[in-house]
Amino acid sequence: MAIVGVVASGNLEALFERTDDESACRVEVSTAAHGFQPLWEAVLRDFVARGTGGLRISINDGGARPDMVALRLAQGLRLMQDPEA
Amino acid sequence: MSQAATTTQRRVSWFEATARQRLAALLDPGSFTEFLGPAAREISPHLALFGLPAQFDDGIVIGQAKLGGHEVFAAAQEGRFMGGAFGEVHGAKLVGLLRAAKAASRDAVLLLDTGGVRLQEANAGELAISEIIRAIVDLRAEGNSVIGLIGGRAGCFGGGGIIAGCCTRLIVSEPGRISVSGPEVIETNRGVEEFDSQDRAFVWRTMGGKHRYLTGGADCFVDDDTTAFRAAAIETLAGRTPLTVSVLEAEQARLKARLKRFGAAKDGSEVWQALGVTNPASVPGMDTEEFLNATKAVRESADDAR
Amino acid sequence: MTHDKLLSKLFPAGHNVIVQDGLVFGGGTLGGSQPVHVIGVAERSFLGVEGAIALAEHVLSAVKGTARHPILVLVDSRSQRMSRHDELMGLNEFLAHLAKCLLLAAAQGHRTVALLYGGSAAGAFIATALACDTLLALPGANPEVMDLPSIARVTKLPLEKLQEMAAATPVFAPGLENFAQTGAVAQTLDPAGDLAAQVLEALSLPPTLDERDRLGAERGGRPRAAEIAARVCREAKTA
Repeated sequence: MAIVGVVASGNLEALFERTDDESACRVEVSTAAHGFQPLWEAVLRDFVARGTGGLRISINDGGARPDMVALRLAQGLRLMQDPEA
Repeated sequence: MSQAATTTQRRVSWFEATARQRLAALLDPGSFTEFLGPAAREISPHLALFGLPAQFDDGIVIGQAKLGGHEVFAAAQEGRFMGGAFGEVHGAKLVGLLRAAKAASRDAVLLLDTGGVRLQEANAGELAISEIIRAIVDLRAEGNSVIGLIGGRAGCFGGGGIIAGCCTRLIVSEPGRISVSGPEVIETNRGVEEFDSQDRAFVWRTMGGKHRYLTGGADCFVDDDTTAFRAAAIETLAGRTPLTVSVLEAEQARLKARLKRFGAAKDGSEVWQALGVTNPASVPGMDTEEFLNATKAVRESADDAR
Repeated sequence: MTHDKLLSKLFPAGHNVIVQDGLVFGGGTLGGSQPVHVIGVAERSFLGVEGAIALAEHVLSAVKGTARHPILVLVDSRSQRMSRHDELMGLNEFLAHLAKCLLLAAAQGHRTVALLYGGSAAGAFIATALACDTLLALPGANPEVMDLPSIARVTKLPLEKLQEMAAATPVFAPGLENFAQTGAVAQTLDPAGDLAAQVLEALSLPPTLDERDRLGAERGGRPRAAEIAARVCREAKTA
């Protein structure tokens, strides 16, 4: 498990957990900012293309911009590379 | 009490760090076990009503750890989430931790960073603060210590300030502010003549870390640096002051004397002048070492009277 | 209810309670049978550094005495006094000191019972009524953290919308009923009945651990707090 970021304006938190399904990466996004679904999908598509199977990622969004989203996802993934996480 | 650490290592700002980063830097490496962590997803049941996003830990990280080899229970508020404010779950996590500390006879370390009560769940937050105060008094009456560390973004306001006043010892840095009514609240209620919340220097002279340290409102003054907080916390934990009637009698005398001695002052600098600080106007600009050297002989101490 | 009327109902045989500058001090024999120490805040006063230290002094002198008479805290206040002077002097320490004195008095064997017969808010409420073992209230009492117009200002929500939400949840809006549901108020008294007898009855119950969160869960005003605190205790035990 790993947690990165905080829920604040322009920021988000992402909780990374392992699952048994190595073929899938499940991402749940909770956000109060409406109308950004295509943007989220684009950022997440780029991210899962890096090989993120076996992960469940839960995001609480405080209105982060795409570059912040990408940064937090990368940070979380790095932490999950530690087998202890 | 302790002196500040002047370190040549890379400095990590306590003010800038998140709650989790502060705990990681404060506690013995690898010793922290979190209780009710983010994976438990115990979020606020009330924020959604206001269309506000939740955080998985509800803005407070709690658990057990070692600090300088000493077993402690620790809690850290995240000042960036909802201003570190106390809501129902946030508050109940700290209540539970303090009750557990009493059951296990452990000292507690509280990394306070809060604007006070979270207004969206105000009644639950207010009551949680009252429960926290009661749990602190119970824990201290058993002989355990509760150490408060204050130097975060949100300061330590409202009921958080009252909680701070219930701790055995307080460690504070320059950016730390401790007060009940916040600057904007006073200005809104009483006008800008009474309190100009935009005048940052004035705000710090009234409730900032240096003023609190000088008047006995805090016990230890450290650099805005995680290693300095750690060193001070380890040193502070070595002392022991159970909360007894005689401690409160000493506090009664201490606070009465403060009112008598400084009650007429209109500004922090007048208080420092009355304390006997040479050149009080230079206090805000001093670095930690300079400040401690210039004031250690004259500051009011609250040792064993809090 | 005015403090004069309240005092005459609680102490039909007379008392030596004085109300001065919004502060209440003294003692009496409750219902003519139970001696009690009395402190409090009256006349919707703000509680500042001078008031808090004066009240604390009375609590400490009660604790110093040999008899463990109950301490009755009568509250009709506003919030903490908001001023430059109070914060410059360290109001947080003064309010904390008063709360600690009341809590330690309880630990020394004094029953501490507060009777909220008017308003109270924020820091003043925490340091007085909420620092007692048992909080009783009279109908019409109005505890609050912040009034709704101020909450509207801070949360940037329209007042009308807030009023609508307040009807749906007791968790944030002012008022006795809301606070009772969150577990803060043990019991609301019947002003038409014998008030002294009702307070005496509350005093006859042994003090308990802090059960306000459990009460809040039972009454529905704080659905999660008790369970969360208990879960933390369990995790701490097994860690």
